[in-house]
Amino acid sequence: MSVASRAFLPFTAGLAQLGACGIFLLQTLRAVPRSLRYFRETVRQVFFVGAMSLVIIMTCGLFVGMVLGLQLYHTLSIFGGTAALGTVVALSLYRELGPVVTALLFAGRAGTSITAEIGLMRATDQLDAMEMMAVDPLAYVVAPRFLAGIIAMPLLACVFNALGILGAHLVGVSWLGLDNGTFWSNMTANVDVWDDVVNGVWKSTAFGAVCTLIATFQGYTSPPTSEGVAYATTRTVVFSSIATLAIDFIMTAFLM
Amino acid sequence: MAKRQSFQIGTGLFIALGFAALGYLATQTTSLANYRQGASYDVKARFTNIGQLKLRAPVKVAGVRIGSVSDIKLEPDKLDALVTLSIDQHYDKIPDDSAASVFTSGLLGDQYVALNPGGSPDALKNGDEVVLTQSSMQLEELIGKYLVGQGDAGKSSDKTKPENPPPNDKNVQPNDKK
Repeated sequence: MSVASRAFLPFTAGLAQLGACGIFLLQTLRAVPRSLRYFRETVRQVFFVGAMSLVIIMTCGLFVGMVLGLQLYHTLSIFGGTAALGTVVALSLYRELGPVVTALLFAGRAGTSITAEIGLMRATDQLDAMEMMAVDPLAYVVAPRFLAGIIAMPLLACVFNALGILGAHLVGVSWLGLDNGTFWSNMTANVDVWDDVVNGVWKSTAFGAVCTLIATFQGYTSPPTSEGVAYATTRTVVFSSIATLAIDFIMTAFLM
Repeated sequence: MAKRQSFQIGTGLFIALGFAALGYLATQTTSLANYRQGASYDVKARFTNIGQLKLRAPVKVAGVRIGSVSDIKLEPDKLDALVTLSIDQHYDKIPDDSAASVFTSGLLGDQYVALNPGGSPDALKNGDEVVLTQSSMQLEELIGKYLVGQGDAGKSSDKTKPENPPPNDKNVQPNDKK
């Protein structure tokens, strides 16, 4: 191997990873109709990636809302605009923080477990065994998790947002003494269903697809060793976080 | 079988909770929440300038929201803005000589219509018009006036410029009593 081609090795390896991930996405999408036969498996995965993540999502949503309430009350009081607290909290949660923080938590809570599970299936030859039994692992293992991520993420983001509003209300109204009516009426006057709430739902659906795609891809292609699974799990969190924030920027630019 | 049942119930609960949260966010914290107002009656008001008044802006008496702006259009003959105010049927004792003004909530807030109650024994009814109106304060005009006044005061020693009358003070006066 020449010096020049060795210098470009990280780039070509990165490109190869990206290409493999794209092909994997197409294969998964093609396996989705076949995976409907294993519908019960999809339901089970929604339970594992969605319902089991509720505790962390709800706790974090409450605290994010409370922190937003405190910080924004302090900042808005400089301009005499504390009446806008409800609006600002709701808009920042629905449009940005809800989908993004949920996706980051999801990558850490559910993405890692998906990668580790599939990686260990690969390491212990379970995926090969399935193929021997004429069960397509893409349809039985990967596609249900992919679908579950797409279903669960928007719902988790909505729960996160609702708890965030509750937290901000707790701090702003119950603690700092903002007027209850002002808080809600300013929010309802300035927050739009389609522009803000549904916008956030689209975002979190995209994040759900990307995070579970990365998690399943890393698990599916992880080297069949304990070290390989460990690295794959780390890469899931790193790549999911980067992809989430990058896609967030692009989607915000388009959906604004 | 019992185990399978339990995760299905958990999944069902999770999905129900997620959609409940979505429904709550969509209907209670957004502008949809303002649509559930009950019966209302419409009152018209003409303004020479409405500033940044928008549809669904609140209508307030003494700072309390009693309705919203349901329609804004330009009247082709008189070229002034015809604003329709939908007022909650609950508040049916607003005197018919009340004055409507376009105000801004706070320095940077949104604009709203404030009704200052008059003393007439008759109440506003559906289709009535609020005759006394005061247009939106235009910050630029106020600043302009202030600057012109300052300039004249500063140059009082040498009057090189002709005296400027304050530009178009129509918008800050209580307007047309028809």
